[in-house]
Amino acid sequence: MSIDTTTTGGGLRGWARDLGMGVRFAVGGGREGWIRTLLTALGVGLGVLLLLGAASIPTMMETRTQRGQARLPMEMESEALAPSAATLVEAEADTEFRGDPVRGKLLRPDGDQAPTPPGVSALPGPGEMVVSPALRELLGSPEGRLLRERLHFKDVGTITQPGLIGPGELLYYAGSATLTTDDGGWRIARFGTLVKSDPLDPLLLTLLIVGCVVLLMPVALFIATAVRFGGERRDRRLAALRLIGADARATRRMAAGEALFGAVCGLLVGAGLFVVARQFVGDVTVWDINAFPSDVTPVPGLAALVLLAVPVSAIGVTLFALRRVSIEPLGVARDSAGRRRRLWWRLPFPVAGLALMLLNGRVSGRDAEVNPYLVAGGAALLLVGVTLLLPWAVDAAVARFRGGPVPWQLAVRRLQLSGGAAARAVSGITVAVAGAIALQLFFSAIQGDFMKITGQDQSRAQLRTMLPSHDIGAIRKMISEFHATEGVRGVIASIGSSARRPGPLRKGEEFRPGTLVSVGDCPSLSELAHTGPCKDGDVFVVKDSTGTVDEDDITEVARPGATVDFAGDDGRSGPPPHPRLWTIPMSARTIEARKDPTGQAVFGLMATPGSLDLKLLERPTARAMVKIDPRVPDAVEHVRNTAARIDPQTRVFTLQNTARDKQFTSLRTGLLAAATAMLALIAASMLVTMLEQLRERRRLLSVLVAFGTRRATLAWSVLWQTAVPVALGLALAVAGGAGLGLALLRMAGKTAFDWSVVWPLTAAGGALVLVVTLLSLPPLWRLMRPDGLRTE
Amino acid sequence: MSIGHTLLGLLESGPRHGYDLKRAFDEHFGQDRPLHYGQVYSTMSRLLKNGLVEVDGVEAGAGPERKRYAITDAGITDVAQWLARPEKPEPYLQSTLYTKVVLALMTDRDAAELLDTQRAEHLRLMRGLTERKRTGDLADQLICDHALFHLEADLRWLELTAARLDKLAEAVGG
Amino acid sequence: MTPEGSLLAAEGLRKAYGPTPALDGADFSIHPGEVVAVMGPSGSGKSTLLHCLAGIIRPDSGTVRYGTHALTELTDAQRSALRRTDFGFVFQFGQLVPELTCLENVALPLRLNGTKRKDAERQARDWLAQLEVDGVDGQRPGEISGGQGQRVAVARALATRPRVIFADEPTGALDSLNGERVLTLLTNAARDTNAAVVLVTHEARVAAYSDREIVVRDGRVKDMAGRI
Repeated sequence: MSIDTTTTGGGLRGWARDLGMGVRFAVGGGREGWIRTLLTALGVGLGVLLLLGAASIPTMMETRTQRGQARLPMEMESEALAPSAATLVEAEADTEFRGDPVRGKLLRPDGDQAPTPPGVSALPGPGEMVVSPALRELLGSPEGRLLRERLHFKDVGTITQPGLIGPGELLYYAGSATLTTDDGGWRIARFGTLVKSDPLDPLLLTLLIVGCVVLLMPVALFIATAVRFGGERRDRRLAALRLIGADARATRRMAAGEALFGAVCGLLVGAGLFVVARQFVGDVTVWDINAFPSDVTPVPGLAALVLLAVPVSAIGVTLFALRRVSIEPLGVARDSAGRRRRLWWRLPFPVAGLALMLLNGRVSGRDAEVNPYLVAGGAALLLVGVTLLLPWAVDAAVARFRGGPVPWQLAVRRLQLSGGAAARAVSGITVAVAGAIALQLFFSAIQGDFMKITGQDQSRAQLRTMLPSHDIGAIRKMISEFHATEGVRGVIASIGSSARRPGPLRKGEEFRPGTLVSVGDCPSLSELAHTGPCKDGDVFVVKDSTGTVDEDDITEVARPGATVDFAGDDGRSGPPPHPRLWTIPMSARTIEARKDPTGQAVFGLMATPGSLDLKLLERPTARAMVKIDPRVPDAVEHVRNTAARIDPQTRVFTLQNTARDKQFTSLRTGLLAAATAMLALIAASMLVTMLEQLRERRRLLSVLVAFGTRRATLAWSVLWQTAVPVALGLALAVAGGAGLGLALLRMAGKTAFDWSVVWPLTAAGGALVLVVTLLSLPPLWRLMRPDGLRTE
Repeated sequence: MSIGHTLLGLLESGPRHGYDLKRAFDEHFGQDRPLHYGQVYSTMSRLLKNGLVEVDGVEAGAGPERKRYAITDAGITDVAQWLARPEKPEPYLQSTLYTKVVLALMTDRDAAELLDTQRAEHLRLMRGLTERKRTGDLADQLICDHALFHLEADLRWLELTAARLDKLAEAVGG
Repeated sequence: MTPEGSLLAAEGLRKAYGPTPALDGADFSIHPGEVVAVMGPSGSGKSTLLHCLAGIIRPDSGTVRYGTHALTELTDAQRSALRRTDFGFVFQFGQLVPELTCLENVALPLRLNGTKRKDAERQARDWLAQLEVDGVDGQRPGEISGGQGQRVAVARALATRPRVIFADEPTGALDSLNGERVLTLLTNAARDTNAAVVLVTHEARVAAYSDREIVVRDGRVKDMAGRI
């Protein structure tokens, strides 16, 4: 009699049948089965959410860029545009409010066919403005009171999505009745340019690619872990199936079917979460970027890839995980003792990764080539390599542990028997932390390239502004207005112009030699030069201390007793018809210049108002630096309000010791936050695994309690059981992260190595161990009740 | 098993005629071997002689089956003693034990108590055998094991019966 | 009903799981060196009685006295300490820590009591030899037979030289021969050390290893001593 084996045969139909059977187990497994499917679905769902989010980034960037370009004023490069019914004059009127940029434009249509910016239905009239919804909300809120004073226009309309880069953008267009092209305005015929944007800086591109790899790898690992939730119980069920006649391959396929079902549920959960989450995406701002829900649309190809890759990898992971598990009719045997984990095939991965990355060569400099495949592939290989090394490292390390106190012994023995499971749980940490460390190392090294030490001195003044007037009376009034502003402790103001040698051009001269002249009161001048004792009426000849200007050039014009001409040259046609002559008093002292709070050195002539009739100066301009009282909240905003009251086009800049440090700090914080979120995700999966393991051992725990084991003993053993793999994982992460970071640094041609980035993440890892242990304790106490001893 | 004690037990629930006694006996205990009338008369006359029963009355017509018997106080004591006394553990004890259990139920006595007593007796013997096994040679052990397994089988039957006492009580209507 | 000289005695134990009473006024006592079988049908409350006697669970009412201690008055930590030092346990199955070697399993209660590892393992080795399983030292529970495993468990229960050994169906998962051997070794060792054994079983042949049996039925205890 021949034995019919068709019921357990392979083939496409066999696959379909067994997968289907697995799905039925997942569905029909009672409460237990549902919980397991739910956990898997949640885990996979979170992963899918992140993947879909990542797949939306290209769309988001593109739509944002498009809208940004569509509203740029189309400026004529060659010649000025003639006014017509279809033109308008526009001027920038950006400001800042409590650190957030508020973009604005003044618009003055030349006629009734003037173009409107995108998202605006009708141009605001004089004294009116249209605003973005976020700005309207800010203006309407109590916090926006100070900004309301500044933007005192009447709100007549809303800028809609086509005119905004993101929903949180603060933007206004205000109508003006007085703006001219002489007044800082530009005449344009339409909005929208097609400027070809610069290719991303190679360094940033590298960073972006590695960032994506670093953030997505743990997600993939997490998904891989999630589809294995509840594995031990499932194995027992499969053993029961073997007993009634399923063959080994069929049971594997059934296991795959169960995982498949969980993964598909996870896809649905993920897609659902994504649809919900993108509704709230506008409320989130990262690095000044926020997006409209419609911007967050996955690139179809990438979305399809996610939809396909998740279920396929669920099956793949399950089959791979079962490769060393033999499901026998009477139970499940894990081939753990027999085979040692080998190093030889794991080591090439990180090495190859490093090699690939270094193969790309230097990426510093604008025209360096970045091969995204090399960089991404290299980073991915390196990180995969680190995860592959981890089980080996755990095995190798744990195998050496002997003895120790009872909790330690329990934990170590457990790890020796199933170190793979532990390693799997922490592999996510390793990748996340290694990646984060690498990125942060890279960041702190290249930060210098993007961040300039400005030379500005925040301790001497905090704000600077240019006053938009050439009228001495107006300038004086403005300065006194700043003085009178709430929270202002002092104003360093100087009125500047130029002074020339009187008389005609000499032979060989193309223009009359000249120098700067600055007029200010004694306290102000002392910020610009080492004046020494100073009283009103004093005059100084200031030498440039930086050496950029030849001292002779200054003294040729500015000497005590010499006469200077304040009238400007009219082109190159020689001395002006109406000289404005002034004689430098013989008492003028020659002194050294001093860097002003903005880091600039002013030289030439300096005079106090009592020594010089300001009316002599031609087209004087005024600079003001404002010292504010740090104890007065919003002093900065009060100053800005004053400036805006003087003229909406007046820009007030904050002095910064370093430029861009805020963005880098936020990126660092963001990375840390992302890595921490990753750790939290991993903590969740570790917790699930730990609880599952504890439930499995319910009876054993009760027995241990029966013969008097202290709770603390078991709690410590849980702690060690988590801490040992996490510690090893973190150690490997630091090594791998440093490796990847060094490779990146080498590519960037940097050597600086900032170890301080390592500690917060390792600390977070430690916290994770504690959290997992603490959260395991209540169920542990519950499981330690003697109920487990009762035979069912 | 003791027919005398059984008939006495049956009388405890009330006086019966000879033919009535035979029918009750057959119904509860005579599945394999119904009782002969002769056995009833000879047994009853022995019980009468020992003062354990008395003739309660005679119906019209002749013959011992017409006599109505009633149990005396001495008879009740005798039944109680018999029920409380464990049987010597031996093979094929079931019919006696069964009779005892049914009678105990019919006479509202504690049948569980009866079984416990019997188990204790069995265990006592088994303990002895186990002790012999401990100290004896292999032959001793094998012989003891044989006995132990048989006794254990009895005990299992006892346990089963004890577990089903409620149903049995319903069946005998006691 | 606490006979004089008893080592462990319980009176009027009541314990309910939800609405169903597992123990309903149970009394019990055992003397040093005595082996008492606790018999009764499944679900009669045998195991609950054992757990109450061993201080694993606290009865809803009633008292358990061990020597001079009122077990029912002690805190959880005190009862745990008592179980570590004075009691030993053998269960039917699933009691050995699968990751530890057999030697480490036997040494475990000693180590929980604070014995040094070397010392504990030396004693454990002796106990394994006494239980006729001296070859399994380095093996893990998964690698040995059920009979060997149960002997390791008995060795572990005896390792701390307990005054009372609680055995809950210790041979339930074993064949007759192995079961008898384990029982013989257990009761012999207990008699040698004058330890009391509370032996929960539903098998008469197992109960026959006892000096005396009690029957638990419907949460009540029937002491069969002195009946005949």
